[in-house]
Amino acid sequence: MSTVADDLHHDDHHDHKPSGIKRWLYTTNHKDIGTLYLWFAFIMFLIGGAMAMVIRAELFQPGLQIVDPNFFNQMTTVHGLIMVFGAVMPAFTGLANWMVPLMIGAPDMALPRMNNWSFWILPFAFLILLSSLFLEGGGPNFGWTFYAPLSTTYSNDSTALFVFSVHIMGASSIMGAINVIVTIFNMRAPGMTWMKMPLFVWTWLITAFLLIAVMPVLAGAVTMVLTDKFFGTSFFDAAGGGDPVMFQHIFWFFGHPEVYIMILPAFGIISQIVPTFSRKPLFGYSSMVYATTSIALLSFIVWAHHMFTTGMPLFAEMFFMFATMLISVPTGVKVFNWVATMWRGAISFEVPMLFALAFIVLFTLGGFSGLMLAITPVDFQYHDTYFVVAHFHYVLVTGAVFSIMAAVYYWLPKWTGKMYDETLAKWHFWCSLISVNVLFFPMHFVGLAGMPRRIPDYSLQFADFNQWISIGGFAFGLSQFIFLALLLKACRKEGEPVSDKVWDGAEGLEWEIPSPAPYHTFETPPVVK
Amino acid sequence: MSEQQYQKYYVPAQSPWPFVGAVALFLIAVGAGNFVIETTKGKEGFGGWILLAGLVVLFYMLIGWFKNQIDESMSGMHSEQLGRSYRQGMSWFIFSEVMFFAAFFGALFYARVIAVPWLGGASNNAMTAEVLWPGFEAIWPLVKTPDGTTTTAMGWFGLPLANTIILLTSSVTAHFAHVALEENKRGRLKLMLGLTILLGLCFLGLQVEEYVHAYREMGLTLQSGVYGNTFFMLTGFHGLHVTLGTLLLIIMFFRVLKGHFSPQNQFAFQAASWYWHFVDVVWVLLFVFVYIL
Ligand code: HEM
Ligand SMILES: [Cu+2]
Repeated sequence: MSTVADDLHHDDHHDHKPSGIKRWLYTTNHKDIGTLYLWFAFIMFLIGGAMAMVIRAELFQPGLQIVDPNFFNQMTTVHGLIMVFGAVMPAFTGLANWMVPLMIGAPDMALPRMNNWSFWILPFAFLILLSSLFLEGGGPNFGWTFYAPLSTTYSNDSTALFVFSVHIMGASSIMGAINVIVTIFNMRAPGMTWMKMPLFVWTWLITAFLLIAVMPVLAGAVTMVLTDKFFGTSFFDAAGGGDPVMFQHIFWFFGHPEVYIMILPAFGIISQIVPTFSRKPLFGYSSMVYATTSIALLSFIVWAHHMFTTGMPLFAEMFFMFATMLISVPTGVKVFNWVATMWRGAISFEVPMLFALAFIVLFTLGGFSGLMLAITPVDFQYHDTYFVVAHFHYVLVTGAVFSIMAAVYYWLPKWTGKMYDETLAKWHFWCSLISVNVLFFPMHFVGLAGMPRRIPDYSLQFADFNQWISIGGFAFGLSQFIFLALLLKACRKEGEPVSDKVWDGAEGLEWEIPSPAPYHTFETPPVVK
Repeated sequence: MSEQQYQKYYVPAQSPWPFVGAVALFLIAVGAGNFVIETTKGKEGFGGWILLAGLVVLFYMLIGWFKNQIDESMSGMHSEQLGRSYRQGMSWFIFSEVMFFAAFFGALFYARVIAVPWLGGASNNAMTAEVLWPGFEAIWPLVKTPDGTTTTAMGWFGLPLANTIILLTSSVTAHFAHVALEENKRGRLKLMLGLTILLGLCFLGLQVEEYVHAYREMGLTLQSGVYGNTFFMLTGFHGLHVTLGTLLLIIMFFRVLKGHFSPQNQFAFQAASWYWHFVDVVWVLLFVFVYIL
């Protein structure tokens, strides 16, 4: 892909940034908003991580020692909510904000003011969620999946605040997604045809569609929880003709597409990074596009694989089992394509590539445990054990989170104009890689042996593994401070200046603008040939 | 597209409104949350006031933001491409609304087709019915819940039918208003838009009457089991959307009076009328699935 680059230096007078706090509060600039999203996500990642440390400290030994069970439940709940809605999703939205306009040659996001609104409501939503922990009776304690009747009959008053904060998170995601979709539909530079779009853009397009389709369903679910708990409706109460299982259907109709919302942009990132460091074009570009699309469509008809043990009719068990297994076909296509891209490439192992490689191996591992869980009779054994915890942490931590880290290392030099601290980055990678496996791999074993999830105590036989898991957890938590140090250095613009292209194998519009990327880019669109 | 043809995409300068809007939503959420706790648990507190403050800030924000937007639009800063962005954005927003209603329709169908029959022993639940809810009869509308709450079902004839006719007519008048705008016939535009608003208000008035009737005379309330739940949540959220739609149309009416909009520049008008049609379609589905069937 070559372009007639527009002459950015003509617009120098345009490049003045507003200064002070107002720059950040009132901004309409996609780069500023991207930065805000990314920092917000990182802070939430540390807060959610601190809660995970509480969980692992309690589980270091059998018996109850550090926190009481109610507080333990609040930690598992809020940890999950923060990581999903506060860390992973905003991080991806931040990357989309920064990179989608640069990758398609657009001057900004399509709806810049709404863009700012969708960011700034997020910190407020989490302020509400976090402050509800300090209410009398504590915060939400029913798990991030807030199953009825735990969240209705048996929950505390903070549920009302939980509901409204989830409403705001949903509004933020929907507005963010509308912005991404409209930007991609309407703002592509001349010549940037659909099948020339970088895969990160494609995967985000489809993610945005999923978001707009399912976040409102989540809003519906929390609304019904609110009325069931406070206004005497009985959607989820058999005594009034409702059904708690109906909650699970509605939740997972949102929830399963949600997990793809957290992994499709990751697929896009990996599809950008692997070709760059293999110095080869992506293998099977169009099959990647089709695979992404079919994963997204299939994700609407597999939700009840989370509900195999609820006593659904046999037909439903079978249908959801086979539909789920079907998803692994397009997922397999992707993994195959990444490997084929590397095949006979001139590979080098810069840190983004290291994270991408770790992603490919470890995400696939998570996919395999997913396949095991998808087998109905087997899931009767595994459901609600640590095996499930192992599964989704492999796909989410070594999957989604690793891809976000890969993306940050990949594009950070473009954002700051300076190369990040290579030594710290390598330390961050290797410490994270080793500790994350010490943390999550043994969870498979204790899970298979029957250790239940979300319980602050466990049988003595699991003690050894749990100690390893906790040690891995603390180490993984500490490793993230290396990342923090590296990011702070990058913000202070330390490091070697980089070229516009940054990586010698990099392709695409974002590498044709100067490093650091000017405040305004592509005010007149480039022409993509 | 050559360089000359290209009209610069308008990227607005800094704006305080989104942040004001974020503060508004914050106050609304905190206020609503506390208000719900306080009113249902009989506690003392400031929830209601915070909620009110949030709404005030929200209106302040909307006025400021819309004014900004209208000024820009009237001074011709909006390009063709930006208009497309707005239209696409609005369509996706309506799609998200569709999915919100889908959640409640899903609940209705699930309750009707699965939950209630199962409570009555269908599928492999004979023993559930026998042991837990003996004597429960699975019928729809569910006028007697498993725990014995009774209610009456809302018929479709009479008021709901009248409301259907009113809303369908309003969709037609909204359409004619749009046609009039396209043809630059301002008088007809005002008439048709005014009619649409009146019909919308009539609908809301009748809806209120229906609720009063349901609560006072029929014993059909939000608490009367899953039939009442789905009835009130679906018609209630629909009613809220009609209210919002009517408000939008009223704003459009005043803008038309001020001479705004032309066949070329009419996004806001179009958005309001799309929204109105959407609300209408939802009503037709409601009428069929909540009232008739
Ligand atoms: C090959 C693809 C996958 C398959 C076949 C699969 C299958 C499953 C199944 C059957 C369960 C339910 C287990 C149980 O509760 O008993 C599950 C849970 C879960 N999966 Fe996956 N999965 C796949 C990929 C993913 C991906 C890509 C993500 C996210 C990025 C993900 C996130 C989760 C989460 C968060 C849960 C647990 C939810 C909870 O109960 O809290 N999965 N998966
Ligand atoms: Cu799933």
